[in-house]
Amino acid sequence: MQDCANWALETAKRRGATYADARVMDIRIRDISTKNGEVGTLAESESLGIGIRVIANGSWGFASTDRLTREGVQACAAEAVAIAKASALAKREDVALAPEAAYVDTWQNPFLKDPFRIPVERQIDLLLAADKEMRRVKGVTVAEGSMCFRRIEQLFASTAGSSIHQIKMQSGAGIVALSFAGSEIQKRSYPNSFGGQHMLAGYELVESLDLLRHAPRIAEESVALHSAAQCPEGQRTLILDSSQLGLQVHESIGHPIELDRVLGMEANFAGMSFLTIDKLRKLQYGSEIVNVVADARLEHGPGLGTFAYDDEGVPAQCTPIISDGLFTGYLTSRDTAAAIGEKRSGGTMRCESWNRLPMIRMTNISLNPGAWSYDHLVADSDDAILMETNRSWSIDDRRYHFQFSTEIGWEIKSGKKYRMLKNPSYSGITTEFWNSCDAICSRDHWTLWGTPNCGKGQPMQTMGTGHGASPARFRNVKIGAAFAK
Amino acid sequence: MTPSASRAAKSSRRRAKSSQSARVPPDLRLDLEALGEKILKLSGADETEVEINLGTDALTRFANNTIHQNVAEQTLHISVRAVVDGRTARASTNKTDPESLRHIVSAAAQLARNQPRNPDLLPMLASQKYAKVSRFSPATAGTTPQIRAREVVKVCRLAEKAKQTSAGIFSSGHSQSLLMNSEGLLARYEQTRAEFSVTMLEENSSGWAKATSFDIREIDPVALAESASRKAATSRNPRELAPDHYTAILEPAAVLDLVGFLFYDFAGTAIRDKLSCLTGRLGKKLFSDSITLWDDVYHPLQLGEPFDGEGVPRQKILLIDRGVPKNLAYSRATAKKMKAKPTGHGFALPNEHGEAPTNLVWSGGDKSIDDMVASTERGVLVTRLWYIRDVDPYKKILTGMTRDGTFLVENGRIAGGIRNFRFNQSVMEMLANVEMLGPAVRSSGEESFDMVVPAMKVKNFHFSEATKF
Repeated sequence: MQDCANWALETAKRRGATYADARVMDIRIRDISTKNGEVGTLAESESLGIGIRVIANGSWGFASTDRLTREGVQACAAEAVAIAKASALAKREDVALAPEAAYVDTWQNPFLKDPFRIPVERQIDLLLAADKEMRRVKGVTVAEGSMCFRRIEQLFASTAGSSIHQIKMQSGAGIVALSFAGSEIQKRSYPNSFGGQHMLAGYELVESLDLLRHAPRIAEESVALHSAAQCPEGQRTLILDSSQLGLQVHESIGHPIELDRVLGMEANFAGMSFLTIDKLRKLQYGSEIVNVVADARLEHGPGLGTFAYDDEGVPAQCTPIISDGLFTGYLTSRDTAAAIGEKRSGGTMRCESWNRLPMIRMTNISLNPGAWSYDHLVADSDDAILMETNRSWSIDDRRYHFQFSTEIGWEIKSGKKYRMLKNPSYSGITTEFWNSCDAICSRDHWTLWGTPNCGKGQPMQTMGTGHGASPARFRNVKIGAAFAK
Repeated sequence: MTPSASRAAKSSRRRAKSSQSARVPPDLRLDLEALGEKILKLSGADETEVEINLGTDALTRFANNTIHQNVAEQTLHISVRAVVDGRTARASTNKTDPESLRHIVSAAAQLARNQPRNPDLLPMLASQKYAKVSRFSPATAGTTPQIRAREVVKVCRLAEKAKQTSAGIFSSGHSQSLLMNSEGLLARYEQTRAEFSVTMLEENSSGWAKATSFDIREIDPVALAESASRKAATSRNPRELAPDHYTAILEPAAVLDLVGFLFYDFAGTAIRDKLSCLTGRLGKKLFSDSITLWDDVYHPLQLGEPFDGEGVPRQKILLIDRGVPKNLAYSRATAKKMKAKPTGHGFALPNEHGEAPTNLVWSGGDKSIDDMVASTERGVLVTRLWYIRDVDPYKKILTGMTRDGTFLVENGRIAGGIRNFRFNQSVMEMLANVEMLGPAVRSSGEESFDMVVPAMKVKNFHFSEATKF
């Protein structure tokens, strides 16, 4: 890997680059899925290549190749420089980078069991056993299970002198029960939608999920939803479970704080952000109990946004995003930090693979825990609706107006779960919603969720992000608009 | 099995011809067929399938009237599917050294062994005949970063002149794919693709336009930018309109992003699994008489391989006939289970999804957007939609937002821009409420794949809430 990186950097400099960095990445993936008692996907893949990013004539260029011979890498580096010079045809000003030291380091996330060393047969057996448990329940029409494992080994090297070797091991698993009856398809997932839970961890994550124990419950709930009452419409008190709240954080905090969006760089595709620069350290984003961080450090937890260095060689950091309700920070890169006068990048540049340009991505964007116990929160709620497990999510391209629906809801009356509700949904405006938060559960109920499917950029990149959250309560929220006539 | 001697001879002739071709850039001179044959020879599995994809792609991205990202990539994807004792699995790599090729061949076989037998697994297909499609453009394949940059500079200058801010992409690419197996099947496909999309922004408004084609000469970036610029100017200072049910005039990109959510509902597997909105509804009149839908990879405005993931030749299928959903897409295995014939729409095996039509061609009409506006007393004209998601998969209620050019239509005229709406709308009901259709054109959005689709005027479209811009 180091040889390839050196060939790239030397060629880029020789061709006129004033800065260059290279990422050599070796990615191995195992995907397994089952459906209704049969194996669906059973595949392994590996991909090795190099991505070379340069500044020449004051503009960015990027090229990538999987031809890792000296000739192949040098041609790729030369192409990156040529592309940068073409970019300069439409240049308004030279790219400037916030300063960063050079690092020589190696890092690997801790895990107990290498999922690629666990026999595939054992992994399939577990999914098929959970599948069988779900299909025991009368009315379940489709039972699905999946596991995904990913090992990413990468070397980052730059003309500034960095050489950073990292290995990240990710694991994920989940199960789903679907039930069709009458004119409805109902669904329950465990432990979350989007393939379950995903973390920077080994196979021990899958074992900790105890899929077999939860399979009958979600199967029964998917069938029971057909005879549940329709979620009512109106302004109500809302309690979100931690997985749905994690996605709420992702969509209505994580994306709008991306500084490349704010600066208009995503305007044509992912959109922009309502969080214009004038709002920094001035906007009351949420109520005073709302505290959110962007934390890529391992001490935050083994999330999909955890690493030692980002993909432009900046060490992992914890950035306060919302402090006592006040908006205090963006997700930044070296060039966007420089553009708004910040002294240093927040270290959030990441790329999906060797053939993609690093861009600002969420790390672990987490809502800090509050003080409430879950039982106390429910008991304290006279008339509320509890919503669990995301089913549908949508938000406008500046991240103001959102609408979410969940797989299941519960009406809470006089501090107790009163009845199950089907087709729950809620909608609102981001800042109004976060300012209506009046209770957040404690760390005992806090989970660092993995969202493996965050899309951004052109060409599109899919990235895993982490979101810690515990259940929380919001007042006067619009409920049920998704099904309103 | 190894390839027959006659086929090997034919492939050698094809290789010789290919290597003399001047149009193929140096990076794409890898002999896919020779590589595939080499991999097949390494395999000791009962049956083996090799899929190889080779491509170059480049994309120039601009924002704030300057190029801020400019990328290029070369990719090779080699995928091997092995069948061992009635079981199958897949392993993939991008490495071509002998050790890596031996590794994926053995990894596919090893993965296959470690699972229960699959009673639905069919023998691999033997040699097939494919209709020719021509989707290669030397102009697209030969596009350089300088060519793209020069067009982008024109667009940026246009924006500056209009006191607007431009953002967008201009991309070009060239790909080759090959599918072959140990039973003699050989399928090849080559395609170029170009795309330009642009958003023009003012302080409180925006406009958008996009085009894709295999031939970059079909794309006029400046004309697209001018269209987006006009939308941004016309929607300046948007007013807030109360959410309600309105007559909606949906431009082709907006229609595409909605009706694209129906594609898997036409999969035989979705019907078997009761996951389709057409479960129990096939053969019934659901939509307006004007709605007819084909899946047709051979349509001149379509792109894509004329074969599916197993090498079955794609057929043209009539999915909706004058408002009545008639037929489904089937992979080989699904067709056998449902007593139907394979249509050539199966995904690469193994998978749990089966198949889907992905070359949708909708019937069109003869009304222009101007005709639709002129005939509307009060309605909403929509340029494009954003962040569309399923709310109810059987009623096919979708939610999402309007974006980059939403207008109030009053008394047959565009009365100005309005703030963007959220909608919660059943696509089934929408297709039953169609009042006018424009000509079907190749269109491209961001939520669904490209298709041939008309603009639509539909009554009673449910805009449920408004946002702040």
